[in-house]
Formats: sequence, C-alpha cells, structure tokens
Amino acid sequence: MSALSDAAAGDQLEPRTAMITRADLVAYAGASGDLNPIHWNERVAVDVGLPGVIAHGMLTMSLAARYVADLAGDPAAVVSFSTRFTRPVVVPDDDTGATVELGGKVTEIADDGARTVSITATHEGKGVLGKAVAVVRPR
Amino acid sequence: MPLDASFVGRTWPAETYEVSLAKIREFAAAIGADDPVHHDREAARAAGHTDVVAPTTFPVVFTWPATRRVVDDPALGLDFTRVVHREQSIELSRPLYAGDVVTSVVVVEDIRDLAGNDVITFRCDVTDADGGDVLTTRAVLVGRAEPDA
Repeated sequence: MSALSDAAAGDQLEPRTAMITRADLVAYAGASGDLNPIHWNERVAVDVGLPGVIAHGMLTMSLAARYVADLAGDPAAVVSFSTRFTRPVVVPDDDTGATVELGGKVTEIADDGARTVSITATHEGKGVLGKAVAVVRPR
Repeated sequence: MPLDASFVGRTWPAETYEVSLAKIREFAAAIGADDPVHHDREAARAAGHTDVVAPTTFPVVFTWPATRRVVDDPALGLDFTRVVHREQSIELSRPLYAGDVVTSVVVVEDIRDLAGNDVITFRCDVTDADGGDVLTTRAVLVGRAEPDA
C-alpha cells in the first residue's frame, strides 16, 4: 500500500523539497516546447519587469503532480490536477537554484476510494501554487 | 479593449498529435519523474498498462500549442505579450500512452472582465483515434489591460 492509498481524510502527506536550477528550466523548455525567454534569459525577464528568470508555472505544477504520483505509488492514479499560479519562482544563476517546498493534505475520500488532495507549494515562505488540488483514484 | 464575449463557445479546427515514447521519456526526465512506467515499456506492461504512461502534466506538450494558436488568432484580439497564465487544470478519463494518436479541440469556455483585465478560459478536449475521451485541459489566461488604458 502506498502512503496515499492508506491515508485518511485530514492526514498530512510527507513533505518534500524540490530544487529548480537554470538547467532544469532549459530542459523543461525543450521538453514542453515552451520557449518563452522569461524562463531562460535574464535580460528579457528583467526587461518585462520580473526580478529575474522565473520557472515555468507548468514546471512547478509538474513537480507538484509528480510529488502526488510518487506518494500514490502509481502515476496513472493521479486522474486530475488543477492549480492557480499565484507567485513566480525566481531561479538564480547558480548551481543550487530555487527551492520549492511541497506538502499535501487529504481533504476527502470518495466512495470509490479516490482521495482528494490539497497541495501546498511554497518558495521562500510564500505560496506559488494556489488552490492546488489533485484527485488520486486507485486503479 | 475588452474581448468580444461572443467568442464564448467558439471552437477552432482540431489538431492531431502522436504521443511518442521518446517524448514521454524526455518530459518525464525534465520533471524528474523517474518511475519506470514513464521510461520502460516492460515495466509499464508489468504494471498493467498497454504502453509507457505519460506523466500527469505531459498533455500540455500538445494542448498548450493548440491553445496558443487560438490565443494568436487576430480575430480574438488578445495581445500575447500581455498574457499571464493564471490557472491550469488537467482531468484524465484514462492514462495517456505512448502510441496514442490524439485529437485536440480548443473552445473558448468563458470570457470575463476582472478590474479591466480580460480573463479567458480555454478548454481543450482530447480524444483518441477511436473517438474516446482521453482528457480535458483548461487554461485560464489573463490579458492585462494596457497601463494607460
């Protein structure tokens, strides 16, 4: 049994720290096809008023979805994921990158065993995903 | 200038995308998803799948370009340089697999005004080669008003 398939409503899920480096942004840009320069070009990012190069919101969402999939023990059990992008994750030009703290709480268990999970993702103490919710349904 | 609310319900021509094992592996590696069902056909089959499984957020690889083409339609009148991605959702009817040939149809689901900014919900309905539902994505984009507007 996975951490999630055993979880009861109200249970907090084991938190995880995810790192995002500039190299991760380049890899995600290529993999996703989202080549917007604000995710890899400091000059362009600053020019449009950002504090620096920022992570793709979809990369942060992907890391959060992967976190839930890992806890579920089965990526195919994650049947939905929705989120709002509330704050950018600024990724510094160093080898460490930016830190995103991921957490979750089971808010509801349906009759078919599907768990609704409320996800938190914070960067430097502030939420970067808002109203992030995943539904995990055991196959 | 506010967007024309008559666009709500409008659809754009369907687009077809072939999901490949190589692209799933590349995307999974980019998000650090190392579960073997994303990388190894035998592992995926052993877990009860027909082929390698795409990560939950993989569908944006094809639903985002399909949505972007609509965003760029001059008829819609949205300035992409002023667009912010506000919300995203993905709902799967079944796992997405390598080898799937899927068709995406984008529809403008909602247009509303929020303090002078256009807030548009683009829904993308994705079906497989047999016409079965695979997934639906929704992207909520905000077209920020011109500063001097």
